[in-house]
Amino acid sequence: MINSGDTAWVLISTALVMMMTAPGLAFFYGGLVRRKNVLATMMQSFFVLCLISIQWILWGYSLSFGPDKGHFIGSLAWFGLKGVGMAPNPDYAATIPHLLFMVYQMMFAVITPGLITGAFAERMKFSTYVIFTLLWATLVYDPVCHWVWGAGGWLRNMGVLDFAGGIVVHLSSGISALICALMLGKRRGYGREPMPPHNLPLVVLGAALLWFGWFGFNAGSALAANGLAVSAFIATNTAASAAALTWMAIEWKLAGKPTILGGATGAVAGLATVTPAAGFVSPISAMIIGIAASLVCYTAVAVVKLKLAYDDSLDAFGVHGVGGTVGALMTGLLAQKIINPAGNNGLLFGNIGQFKVQLIGVAATIVYAIVATFVLLKVLDALMGLRVTDEDEVVGLDITQHEESAYTLLD
Amino acid sequence: MKLIIAIIQPHKLEDVLQELDKKEIYLKTVSNVIGCGRQKGQTQVYRGRKETGNLLKKVRLEIAVNENYVEPTISAIVKAAKTGGIGDGKIFILNLEECVRIRTGEKGSVAIG
Repeated sequence: MINSGDTAWVLISTALVMMMTAPGLAFFYGGLVRRKNVLATMMQSFFVLCLISIQWILWGYSLSFGPDKGHFIGSLAWFGLKGVGMAPNPDYAATIPHLLFMVYQMMFAVITPGLITGAFAERMKFSTYVIFTLLWATLVYDPVCHWVWGAGGWLRNMGVLDFAGGIVVHLSSGISALICALMLGKRRGYGREPMPPHNLPLVVLGAALLWFGWFGFNAGSALAANGLAVSAFIATNTAASAAALTWMAIEWKLAGKPTILGGATGAVAGLATVTPAAGFVSPISAMIIGIAASLVCYTAVAVVKLKLAYDDSLDAFGVHGVGGTVGALMTGLLAQKIINPAGNNGLLFGNIGQFKVQLIGVAATIVYAIVATFVLLKVLDALMGLRVTDEDEVVGLDITQHEESAYTLLD
Repeated sequence: MKLIIAIIQPHKLEDVLQELDKKEIYLKTVSNVIGCGRQKGQTQVYRGRKETGNLLKKVRLEIAVNENYVEPTISAIVKAAKTGGIGDGKIFILNLEECVRIRTGEKGSVAIG
């Protein structure tokens, strides 16, 4: 039975999640790069929205959610949305049109490869980026999405809890981002020249739009306008606030001053971390998750990255990869059946098994994403090259990849 | 006393600053400018229309120095800013009549360094 309230809420949520990629991510990442690369960086977010929207309709949705093949991937039976219509699919959402579930999930498929772009910002060749994104979505996102959320997927069968995509979205993209950063190498001059964000107001705007859109991402994942959506909404806002406060407090203590960039980064880390837990935890648990998110992500970004000397330019791994992992594991600790009867109790509520299942889900996704991304980049490097030439990198990607520039000096 | 004005490629600024630091030349003013030399303008495309601007973005350095620092300054800039391509820029050396340090009122060579 289609419920009009549920349908309205998921329609709005779909638009909210779309907004996270462009403008949210586009502004967030665009402000963080140097001025010669701002358009190229925003282009990557904008482009992925267009590209994966088409991929999803043609084969992405079918591979992710179509009839199960060996618990690993969906079949191509729903290629071009064949058989996906107005009638609800009770495997996924019993009260909204199947097509609406499809387009809601599309926006998740869109933002996931978009998150990776933070790792190779300011040096990736655009043509290679296009092919990489298409293949990564097909070979990494679609299978992992099927494992965790697809009917028949092996992690779903095992009982892995991932409310809105801590594993599927943030962990898969974050860990792949680390492989990208390692394989592309550092930006020219990294560590020698300062590379400050060129426009922090854009970063703050982007972060705030992400936060706003995240209500669609997490509360929308209830797939109904009900109490669970409200619970997830509150967990989301609570974790983001707690994480932003924690990040700024750490800075205040260690560096002397709290910064708006720190606040924005902390909020995004908190949002990424609470994503898998949003529909399973109480507001107090969400607060704990937010605090943990900033403690761990700050360490990853400010200490580990510098020690290991990789250039994860905009901290796609440090925030999303690390945050997604922490969140998926903390779901195994803090989940409560009282909050969501469809979920399970976590370790702290007497169910050790759930934590083990979460560990397996995280480990399997990490291993698969590393191997698949590594092979994909090796092949693309041999066929088309991953990086722009040194000269193009120095001049900037806006001019060399797109023949346009963001700011003029006069007028 | 001389005033050295150098027009260089924007992406060479970091290298030039480092080279000047090595020669212990720390006092300078840097500004964004646009200008044109023999280098052709950059082509940009907006909604299908190609536009070639004549003026290109450059960076201008102004450095006031005493006589014994003139050569080190020039050689540092040339060394760091040279790519060998058209558009590397120019250095102008001007006689400097007077220099006043605002804080103390000192004048001349003492005020410059």
